[in-house]
Amino acid sequence: MEFFNENFILGCSAIGAGLAVIAGIGPGVGQGIAAGYAANAVGRNPGAKADITGTMLLGQAVAETTGLYGLLIAMLLLFVKPLI
Amino acid sequence: MEQGILLSAGADIDFMIHGVFSYELFGQTVWITTTHVSILIVFMVLIGFAIVANRTMKKATDVPGPFQNVVELVVEKIDGMVSGVMGKHAGRFANYIGTIFVFILISNISGLFGLRPPTADYGVTLPLGLLTFFLIHFNKFKHQKVKGVLKGYCEPWPIWAPINLIGDIAVPISLSLRLFANVLSGTVMMALVYGLLSKIAYFWPSVLHIYFDLFSGAIQTYVFCMLTMTYVGSAIGDD
Repeated sequence: MEFFNENFILGCSAIGAGLAVIAGIGPGVGQGIAAGYAANAVGRNPGAKADITGTMLLGQAVAETTGLYGLLIAMLLLFVKPLI
Repeated sequence: MEQGILLSAGADIDFMIHGVFSYELFGQTVWITTTHVSILIVFMVLIGFAIVANRTMKKATDVPGPFQNVVELVVEKIDGMVSGVMGKHAGRFANYIGTIFVFILISNISGLFGLRPPTADYGVTLPLGLLTFFLIHFNKFKHQKVKGVLKGYCEPWPIWAPINLIGDIAVPISLSLRLFANVLSGTVMMALVYGLLSKIAYFWPSVLHIYFDLFSGAIQTYVFCMLTMTYVGSAIGDD
C-alpha cells in the first residue's frame, strides 16, 4: 500500500485549510482598530454618529476581504479537493 | 432535488449547489442548478413587487397608503444614497444602483426564507462585478477620452503602467469575491448548525439567521453598491 494515498492528501488538505483560516487574524485586528477609532470619534462628536457608523462599516467590510480570501482557500481545499 | 434548494429541509444537509436537470446545447451539457431556481424565485418576487408598485403609483394619493409609503421610502432612500456619493451625476445611475441594490438585498436575505442564496454562487456575483467593471471603463473612456485614460495609466511614472493595469483588473475580482465569500460563509455556518445540531436546533438558530442573513447581507449589499458608485464616480472625474 502506497503511503501518499488519497487519505494522506485529504488529511494534509484539512491541515492546510486550518492554516489558511489563520488569515482571519488580520481582519480581526483591523476591524477592531477601525471600531476603536470610530468609538473615539463618536465620543468627540456625538452628533456625527450616523456618518461615522456608515464609514466604519464600509471600511470594515473592505478590510474583511483578505480574511475571506483565506476562508475561500480553506473551502476550496476541503470541498473542491483540487489536489486529488 | 429536495435537498439543496431548501437549506433547512432535514438532518442530512449540505450547502453545495445541486443540478436539477441537464440538457445538451451545441454539444455541451448545460445544467440547470438550484441557483437558477432560487434566482427565478427572487426574480418573481421582485417582478411581482414591481407590478404592484406600478399599479399603486399610477393612482397615487396625496396622503399615501401603507404600500405607497413603502415604495416611496425605498425610492427615496436609494436616491438619497446615490446622490450623496455621485452628486450631480446621480440621475444617470440611480436606476442601475437601485436595481442591483434590491436584487442583491433580496438574494442575500433569501436564506432567511429557506432558499440557498443565489449570491452564494460565484456564477452570480462575477457577472455583477463585471457589470461594474464595464460601467467603470465605459465612463472612463466617455469622460476622460483616450488621452486622459492613457495618462491615468502612466501615473506617477510610465513604468507604473502594468501595476495600474493589474489594479484595474483586481476591482471586479475583489468586488465579486467579497460578496460571494460573505454570503457563502453565512450559508456554510447555517448549514453546519442545522446539520450538526438538528436535534436541538429549534429556536436559537434564528439569532444566527439575523446576523448572517439580515445584518451581513444588508452590509454587503450596501458595500457593493457604495464601492460601485465610488469607482464609477472616480472614473467620471471632475467634469
